[in-house]
Amino acid sequence: MTAELLDLKQYLDTKRVDCVLTSIIEYGELTVDVAPAQLFSFVEFLKIDPRCKFSSLVDITAVDYPERAKRFDLVYHFLSMYQNKRIRLRVSIREGDMATSIVDVHPSANWFEREVFDMFGIMFTGHPDMRRILTDYGFRGHPLRKDFPTSGYTEVRYDDAEKRVVYEPVKLVQEYRNFDFMSPWEGAEYILPDDGGDS
Amino acid sequence: MDGSKGFEDVLTGEQKIRNFNINFGPQHPAAHGVLRLVLELDGEIVERCDPHIGLLHRGTEKLMESRTYLQNLPYFDRLDYVAPMNQEHAWCLAIERLTNTVVPKRASLIRVLFSEIGRVLNHLLNVTTQAMDVGALTPPLWGFEEREKLMIFYERACGARLHAAYFRPGGVHQDISNELLEDIDTWAEDFPKVIDDIDTLLTENRIFKQRNVEIGVVTEDDIQRYGFSGVMVRGSGLAWDLRRAQPYECYDEFEFQIPVGKNGDCYDRYLVRMEEMRQSVAIIRQAIEKLKGEDGPVLAHGKLCPPRRAEMKQSMEALIHHFKLYTEGFHVPAGEVYASVEAPKGEFGVYLVSDGSNKPYRAKIRAPGYLHLQAMDHMATGHQLADVAAIIGTMDVVFGEIDR
Repeated sequence: MTAELLDLKQYLDTKRVDCVLTSIIEYGELTVDVAPAQLFSFVEFLKIDPRCKFSSLVDITAVDYPERAKRFDLVYHFLSMYQNKRIRLRVSIREGDMATSIVDVHPSANWFEREVFDMFGIMFTGHPDMRRILTDYGFRGHPLRKDFPTSGYTEVRYDDAEKRVVYEPVKLVQEYRNFDFMSPWEGAEYILPDDGGDS
Repeated sequence: MDGSKGFEDVLTGEQKIRNFNINFGPQHPAAHGVLRLVLELDGEIVERCDPHIGLLHRGTEKLMESRTYLQNLPYFDRLDYVAPMNQEHAWCLAIERLTNTVVPKRASLIRVLFSEIGRVLNHLLNVTTQAMDVGALTPPLWGFEEREKLMIFYERACGARLHAAYFRPGGVHQDISNELLEDIDTWAEDFPKVIDDIDTLLTENRIFKQRNVEIGVVTEDDIQRYGFSGVMVRGSGLAWDLRRAQPYECYDEFEFQIPVGKNGDCYDRYLVRMEEMRQSVAIIRQAIEKLKGEDGPVLAHGKLCPPRRAEMKQSMEALIHHFKLYTEGFHVPAGEVYASVEAPKGEFGVYLVSDGSNKPYRAKIRAPGYLHLQAMDHMATGHQLADVAAIIGTMDVVFGEIDR
């Protein structure tokens, strides 16, 4: 399995020098970093090329890294039922950048791209129907961004006086509990402040 | 609405007719949950179908980012609540791949056993409720009786009938007793008779066939274009099963057949599900046979799993370990991994990005039903309104996993 993946990696590295920025095999999975401009042609190539035949789209998602200049990673997973292989593509884009939609190659990308738009606010050029998908009608914000609070901004309740459901700012009856369990002995990067005791 | 307003010509009596839009759901028994379909109908023929999903969106992926790996496990029961343990399996596999944990043999067998019980649970529900959608009332009553027995096996293994939280990173929570194994074996002996009974009700039933044969045909091209998996693929004749193609756990040690359909219609998918139940029973019996000769721990040694209770009475280190495991949780090395299992509904996957802390940086849940439902417009267009219910039923959608 790994030898075949290595073959595929070398094949892609040499065949599509223009597209592949870096490629790496980790945990038995091939990950290829692609430039945003080349994504569409590369996905098309992966689908058609007889040695790849990555004809099923498995998943599209994004990861938010707020501290990076290129804030979002778009992550694509493809599967080839014919070659029994998987591949992961990674595209880094800045906040506000438009990504290229791959709906024309994989119609199944439609809802995935809508979901990424809904959750991260990344727009896709060439998408036929860029609506929100999972959140409420008229929802504001993009929940899976790291700067969006888990408790959200609005809450709904049925108002008996108005006889309808009303939206209100979130009021937490107790403080939001997010305990820091990181042990200072292992894992945590910070150093505990001096408690002023005798040292 | 239906032409009553727009009389064109009094002499010929020709009317202007425009298409009719209806809302199917979100409170419709055949929608299998909270699905809202906006259907555009030309007479009784569906012209366009726009599924509105997200009515059961609970923000699972966002919640997971602020909880430890172990605390996140129960969320997976609540995705596809028809076969909960199969979802947990994907989560455990992802963590085990990143931490390089080897699951003990006995735990691995128990996982296979309960994964297959989950498959039977799911197919029983799906086959029988789909039959109910097309007009049969008895199958769900018979099917749910068996589901009840299986839920009791769940309960005896982990204490919960539905939200099990039984599979843990590094194994399973508790060992199961020999009596339970015996009882599952007895059940597995009798169960094929129940499948045969349901078979006699449905397979040659004229109404059932009229409602399902040549409805919602899926071609090989559709499978690739819409990213189908599971029974939606096998119903069309492709023998694609992750248990065989990319074996995980110890499925490569089991003997089972992969049933495939021929025509890719609703009826073939029904037949595939029926046969898969029989195959699952065969796997269950093999697993029990293997389990009887396999003693040993059900949790791996190491940081992922709690120490033995007796050990905690003696060893300070074990006590600290227990405390730290259930407060801080274990740390997973930085990296990213995609782990998938052949859930009853298709390929269920988890894309896990870890930053080396005790919480996942990002976890994406890939649900099979999401892609199946997406193809609803393609599959329902040109069919009659009544067929929409049959197609939704055969797609096997559950909104817990689609809306997340």
